[in-house]
Amino acid sequence: MSSALYDLPGPRGRRRNALIGVLATVAILGLLAFVVYRFWETGQFEARRWEQFKFKAVQRELLEGLWFTLKAAGIAAVLALLFGAVFAAGRLSDRTLLRAPSTTVVELFRAIPLLILIFFGYYVPLQYGWSIDKMWALIIGLTLYNGSVLAEIFRAGINAVAKGQSEAAYAIGMRKNQVLRLILLPQAFRAMLPAIVSQLVVLLKDTALGFIITYPELLTVGKTIGGRLAFGLPYVPSYLVIAAIYITLCGMLSVLAWWLQRRMTRLPKSKAVEPVPLTDATRQI
Amino acid sequence: MTEFLRVLTDNWSLFADGFSNTVQLFLYSAVGSLVLGTLLGAFRVSPIPALRWFGATYVNIVRNTPLTLVFAFLVFAVPKLDVNIDYFPSACIALTVYTAAFVCEVVRSGVNTVAPGQAEAARAIGMTFDQVLGQVILPQAVRAMVPPLMSVMIAMLKNTTIAAGFSVLEAGAIPAYMSERGEPQFIVLIWITIGFLILITPLVLLQRSLERKWAVSR
Repeated sequence: MSSALYDLPGPRGRRRNALIGVLATVAILGLLAFVVYRFWETGQFEARRWEQFKFKAVQRELLEGLWFTLKAAGIAAVLALLFGAVFAAGRLSDRTLLRAPSTTVVELFRAIPLLILIFFGYYVPLQYGWSIDKMWALIIGLTLYNGSVLAEIFRAGINAVAKGQSEAAYAIGMRKNQVLRLILLPQAFRAMLPAIVSQLVVLLKDTALGFIITYPELLTVGKTIGGRLAFGLPYVPSYLVIAAIYITLCGMLSVLAWWLQRRMTRLPKSKAVEPVPLTDATRQI
Repeated sequence: MTEFLRVLTDNWSLFADGFSNTVQLFLYSAVGSLVLGTLLGAFRVSPIPALRWFGATYVNIVRNTPLTLVFAFLVFAVPKLDVNIDYFPSACIALTVYTAAFVCEVVRSGVNTVAPGQAEAARAIGMTFDQVLGQVILPQAVRAMVPPLMSVMIAMLKNTTIAAGFSVLEAGAIPAYMSERGEPQFIVLIWITIGFLILITPLVLLQRSLERKWAVSR
């Protein structure tokens, strides 16, 4: 590993680093041991707090929660991709009449907190007495927000294709539509695929906001399971299980994004396009 | 239009309390996550493998966990460990723990943008470690870090609304109160949106101008 911060250590440096390494390991293990001790001290490892996960009914409850999470995420993902495509096209348009409103919409929905967008879908129909499924309130929010972020990813992907590509296409007499469809999109798609997948991880994570409007997704199920007095209010085990499910799901998708990114940078079919950066913490939060 | 204004003036104290709590939540969590995140970022670029591992594990776990789950764990599960924290500090801790992972990533990639040749050249002309770090590395790294850090902070400001689901009276909790008062929610939500736009727009404009100004000189 080469870093601007430090030289390769000499003998004394290596000794010092080894010492700090040992101390750090001890500190980390100590921290973990303290957490485990707290768990043990308050009886979180007792069998009665875990045994309900052996019941078929509880497992079905968890699976149903997972299904509700995935259903909302799936529908919202499709709608957000459509929304993103439409508004990215709008922002790339030459006509101000299309570009200005698209820009406003994308900028606006990225600035509003996602939960407030979900509340628009939840409280407003409630007030007028229209019955709307909580799932659709969640999906509306997720679509508007993630669709706007995806629009920016699409636009960045198209803009990342080297200018010479579209110039050459125009020079041989293609129309704007043809340039976009035949030249820019195929190259941009490869560049943005990893970023799109990683945005879908964000969308999947954000379905957890459904908990706040009591949509019966995983977190809501977790609270039900954790709130059972007969099993000693096993909130800790229940949320640990839910966390494990989320980390596995999102982790697998993140690995897919990372793998696509590596594949893309390792086998450059086209040198005319830079991948849309994946490790963009500012987008994933 | 009068109805629109009436909703704000009639419920002014609720809006004021809500947004002032949002700002407080934001400020505490901003300080907390910047400190914790920078520390974790330093771990990730340190020469000690154990610290690098710890930083990477923290980021990978937290980044793949929904913030709402972090909140739920702190509010429902942690009291079962005989650790009792009030709702507001819980919200600050949840936001800090979650946002720190993203701050850490920004710090790490910011440091990595500085080419090793910079430090080598600085050492070659006889600068000490303090000079290399203070006059060559950090000024360049900070330029790469500040705009994305501001984006992370803006995202965190929006994330404070999640505390509404966990008994903190902040801007996101206003609609629930308004339901009881029977106010028109559409207007209420528009006012909340305006409130957030007022808070966020200056930050976004500052962030973009920094990005533009500092991008040129690389």
